[in-house]
Amino acid sequence: MLQPLANNYALKVWRSIEQSLDRIGGPDLNPLRQLGALAILAFTLLVVSGIWLYAVLDTSATGAYQSIESLSSSRWSVGGLMRSTHRYAADAIVVITALHLLRELLHGRWRHFRRFSWLTGCVLLPLMAASAIGGFWLNWDQLGQFSAVATAELLDAWPLLAQPLARNFLANSAVSDRLFSLFVFVHLGVALLSLLGLWLHLQRISRPVVLPRRAVILAVLGTLVVLSLLLPITSQGPADLAQVPTELSFDWILLGVHPLMYATSAGFTWSLVLGVGAVLLLLPFLRSGRSALTRPPIAVVDPANCNGCARCFADCPYAAVTMTAHPDGRPESMLAQVDSDLCASCGICAGACPSSTPFRSTRELVSGIDMPQLPVSALRDELAQSLTGSRSAKPIVLFACREGAAIAGMVSTDVVGMPLLCSGQLAPSFVDFALRDGAAGVLVASCRDGGCEFRLGARWTLERLTSKREPHLRTRVSRDRVQLVFADKGEEAVLHAALDAMRSRIGATAADAASMTC
Amino acid sequence: MAADNSTVVASPAVPGAWAWLGQAVLYALFATVIGVFSQWPTYQHLQPGVALIKLSLVHTGKLVGDCRQRSAEELAALPPNMRAASSCPRERSPVIVELDIDGVSAVRAEAAPSGLSRDGASAIYARLPVDAGDRLIAVRMKDDVRSDGFDYRIERHVSLQPAQVLVIDFDAEAGGITLR
Repeated sequence: MLQPLANNYALKVWRSIEQSLDRIGGPDLNPLRQLGALAILAFTLLVVSGIWLYAVLDTSATGAYQSIESLSSSRWSVGGLMRSTHRYAADAIVVITALHLLRELLHGRWRHFRRFSWLTGCVLLPLMAASAIGGFWLNWDQLGQFSAVATAELLDAWPLLAQPLARNFLANSAVSDRLFSLFVFVHLGVALLSLLGLWLHLQRISRPVVLPRRAVILAVLGTLVVLSLLLPITSQGPADLAQVPTELSFDWILLGVHPLMYATSAGFTWSLVLGVGAVLLLLPFLRSGRSALTRPPIAVVDPANCNGCARCFADCPYAAVTMTAHPDGRPESMLAQVDSDLCASCGICAGACPSSTPFRSTRELVSGIDMPQLPVSALRDELAQSLTGSRSAKPIVLFACREGAAIAGMVSTDVVGMPLLCSGQLAPSFVDFALRDGAAGVLVASCRDGGCEFRLGARWTLERLTSKREPHLRTRVSRDRVQLVFADKGEEAVLHAALDAMRSRIGATAADAASMTC
Repeated sequence: MAADNSTVVASPAVPGAWAWLGQAVLYALFATVIGVFSQWPTYQHLQPGVALIKLSLVHTGKLVGDCRQRSAEELAALPPNMRAASSCPRERSPVIVELDIDGVSAVRAEAAPSGLSRDGASAIYARLPVDAGDRLIAVRMKDDVRSDGFDYRIERHVSLQPAQVLVIDFDAEAGGITLR
């Protein structure tokens, strides 16, 4: 039912927008490639500005309005700036989270090893909404009054309490300091729960990116500060329960649920909210096609070839590898162990393993950790056969991630295509092996950082090929004959251009060599 | 000899003027979306010239049956700590409320007693936007299944201002149904 989403038109549109933004500043400055980190940045801003606001807030029903209003005495006051930034950061986190959810939804990232992250992310949504709405009540102005009454009337649709919550807002005298303490709890207590939820959300991934690139941080901060100065948030008159707020300057991003309820009914609103929530929560469990049910094989450890170096443990993007005592019984000897629930079947661990080198002279090449569907031995055999059988004496070998730009149209007489589960599956020694076995050059195609299906494949590939991470490309390998190119699905033109550039470079090098020989 | 990695991966292009302009437009768009939809369009919760009547009361209905005196034999059969002289049913009557505005029925609600044993209070909450001006409000409430007709009534002319909230409640100490 929802499986086609992964390849549908909406995803193509999303990718084209994302790739368009790459062109204005590069992928590193593309906010769509770091939405999760941007949401955490907005949350951090909320915490910092919130602490400031809480310090000056009079948490009483009679004093709250005045204490917040005094902050906005001047557009340029720090308090006013903090107040406006707090609100705009809350708006920003909703917009960013919605985009984050949409992106993951379009990519079909909710099942198998991603199930836990998906479900915890879904649970964060109502917590975020509750905390955001509760924040309006603390500034007990007409908007806060409207929101508090509307929320009470929405909750009263459930006959859970002996008397309707809305009775707390029948008269000004009914709003006591005790009720105000509840407001504080809803806003701050639920925000703290969100923090716990965020921690859980990041538990099943290793090396989570919790903050965007510095330039993006500065851009977002600058945007919110400028917005706060140009369009400061102000109160809309003190709350008065004897009157109904009639015309309100309204935050549709955070409070949109209230007009929806009054335009329809509390029952309809709950049905819509719970229906959407149920679909999101059930997605990981829905049967949506054969491919959704069949998990690709997970990484397998061979104790005889695992030396316990822990590189796979360090490189696994989903913390699926742990180190345990080796069954050989030698003290301090460790063995990698794969958690089948967490394994993404990306093969990054195989690329990290020092025993994944094709130069090993063992009769049968077996790596310490490997992917059954594409083991290093099969990769070596296929590479050797392709080079031998190539009609070109000096072909270019194209190692390419299956999740990235499609290489089907690029394999030709002078190009040998070697698809990988992820570019991170490639042990750098394969590049050396290809060049020594007759390749004129090696092009490694990876998804862009921030677009990698398995999060860290692009990053590890770059670091390994530039000798910043083990296993690294040997120094004897001529860097002129090796090229790493980043191209997501839909960016086949980038790969084509890189291939043409390599052909030219190799041709020029060959011509230089020929002229020197003459 | 350290490997020269400069050719392995192309150096990222230095953003040009158009790139900076594009970034500025991107963040301006982001600010515009947030700035606009955090304050605009104005929400008209109640139309001009309209007041709001809130019918909200919480009231425990009368017991559905009479208490009766236990006989001596019944009392003797009970444990000593439970020998109450009278035995009363727990269940309460539902509360029925009718509201007429200018002689026209606006609300008729029946609220069952809360609780698993139906021995708690009944609660009614309704909000009615009405045109401001002079209105004749009539409220009737019945809280005893054994009585005929309504047990409480009130009828009053009120002058409602635009956006004013009129609360119809029940306060036994104040003599029954209240309008404030």
